Amino acid sequence: MKILVCLKQILDPEVSPRDFELDRTKLRAALGSANLVTNIFCENALETALQLKDSVGAEVTAVSFGPAEAEDVLRKALAMRVDHAVLVRNSKIDQFGSAVSSSVLAAAIRKLGDFDVIMLGREAGDWGEGQTAGLVAEELGLPFVAFVDTVEPVDSGTKVYRQTEIGREEIATQLPLVVSVTNNAANVPRIPKTGDIMKAHRQELTSWSLEDVGLSEDSIRQSAGGTEIVDLFIPERDTICEFISGDSIDDRLQNFAQRIVDVVRRV
Amino acid sequence: MASVISCFLPNAEYDRAAKGLLGAAEKMAQDLGTSHVAVCAGSAERLLQNAVRHADRVIRLQCAELSADRPESCLSSLHAACEGLDAKAVLLGQDAWSQELAPRLGRRLNGCAIGDAQAIEVVGGAIRITRSVYGGKAVAIVQANTSPAVVWIRDRAFESAAEREMLAGLETLAVTASGNVDATQVTGRHTQSDSDVRLEDASVIVSGGRGLAGPEPFEELKQLAVLINGEVAASRAAVDAGWVAPDLLVGQTGKKVAPELYVAIGISGASQHLMGISDAKVVAAVNTDADAPIFKHCQFGLVEDWKNVIGPLKARISAMS
Repeated sequence: MKILVCLKQILDPEVSPRDFELDRTKLRAALGSANLVTNIFCENALETALQLKDSVGAEVTAVSFGPAEAEDVLRKALAMRVDHAVLVRNSKIDQFGSAVSSSVLAAAIRKLGDFDVIMLGREAGDWGEGQTAGLVAEELGLPFVAFVDTVEPVDSGTKVYRQTEIGREEIATQLPLVVSVTNNAANVPRIPKTGDIMKAHRQELTSWSLEDVGLSEDSIRQSAGGTEIVDLFIPERDTICEFISGDSIDDRLQNFAQRIVDVVRRV
Repeated sequence: MASVISCFLPNAEYDRAAKGLLGAAEKMAQDLGTSHVAVCAGSAERLLQNAVRHADRVIRLQCAELSADRPESCLSSLHAACEGLDAKAVLLGQDAWSQELAPRLGRRLNGCAIGDAQAIEVVGGAIRITRSVYGGKAVAIVQANTSPAVVWIRDRAFESAAEREMLAGLETLAVTASGNVDATQVTGRHTQSDSDVRLEDASVIVSGGRGLAGPEPFEELKQLAVLINGEVAASRAAVDAGWVAPDLLVGQTGKKVAPELYVAIGISGASQHLMGISDAKVVAAVNTDADAPIFKHCQFGLVEDWKNVIGPLKARISAMS
């Protein structure tokens, strides 16, 4: 089984609201003191793939599209023991969404050859569009299942499980297939071993330009035209919390209970 | 005539989500000066009967390949239906199937897709979507520059539409689903929680977080919820710790809920959690830390350890009712 996993580097979503700032001209978050990290759902996808490497000997390739710094997410993937890592470098385009990412990733996948399962994160912790995986499937003309948390190989293809608003669905799929992966208790990303981290820095990492995958800056700018960010701001909070008062804890509890009951009675 | 299409997947029923979706499409059609066409891939009677009160046309798809167990057949048949309707916009709900197909439908219709819409505006004829980004720390206004804009919305956050005087006719449209519709097929469905009410539809929710420090307090939370006709939910910390099932998760990566009352207990209020409750009417919180972010997002709160609160609160609430 050959698996390809797409990884996105993002601004650390755990940065505290106090340290979170916007670049109002570029209409995106300012890096500030925040770190760049691998998007968590991409790591859930990676872990899902690596478990298939451990169980059925799948060969795992990781691909990222991003600036030179995105090499870090691929070095980490190598330390987690993916078999191959490929960076498609983006040095020019500041702001791009899932339309651009998906066309670049699909071009890289075409160049890399055939895969049985292509895995992406369900959404990224920055823009949270949740579209790249579905669009990669469209670009490659493959079937797609979203919100998958388990992939089991079976004779005819795979059996995948995906999360829905009412629980889980079990889906029988043919191959090849694109899935977007969400987290569950079983795909918490592994911590790479120190020795593997050291080794990962010396491992081969393929680095391609946009031209290497048959695209150009112009061609991908064109594919970005569908939507446009016209404003980005930090919302003002106008809610003022009324802290329930009272002379004693009993009074406060009584008042709090009363407020709850008042709202419930209006429902 | 140009149209705004509201799209209903095979399993859609006439619930709050459907009302919100019909309402959003009615408003958008008015703002754009187009007609509103409801396209139903399923055949839920109540949905069809009510859709005719809120749209210019209601179309029931007739498609031999269409199946509620085959996601690819839904995408393909909805694509075929939308193609003939001169759509300016196609609106979908926030269920997993709608989210899954929205970007692909946008691509197949040579338009664009935007997800998780919390508000829709039409400015100078252009469709603008308000959505939370950066884990709820910021808000973006995204404009659709290609047509149609395929948008999945936080359906329950949108107001339902007033009933029309003239009922729309119920039409049947025969379409063919092309491509390999058997590539993926649902072979089983498992409901995880023991409650029949979906969190998204609950009007009262009692939610617990990291502060509860274990699975046992959630039993108490359940008892409290029962007293006020509510459902129990949880934040990511409680789900990740394995204290409750993942389908109770509320937040950016869980459910987006819209209750009349949301009681947050032992939840600090990370922006990712707040993203899931931004449509709640009243938020109340119990937390030991008066500086916890949750207090900046709630109407009233109690600074207290939950251990001293849940028991007495249950007693007092049952005494009042």
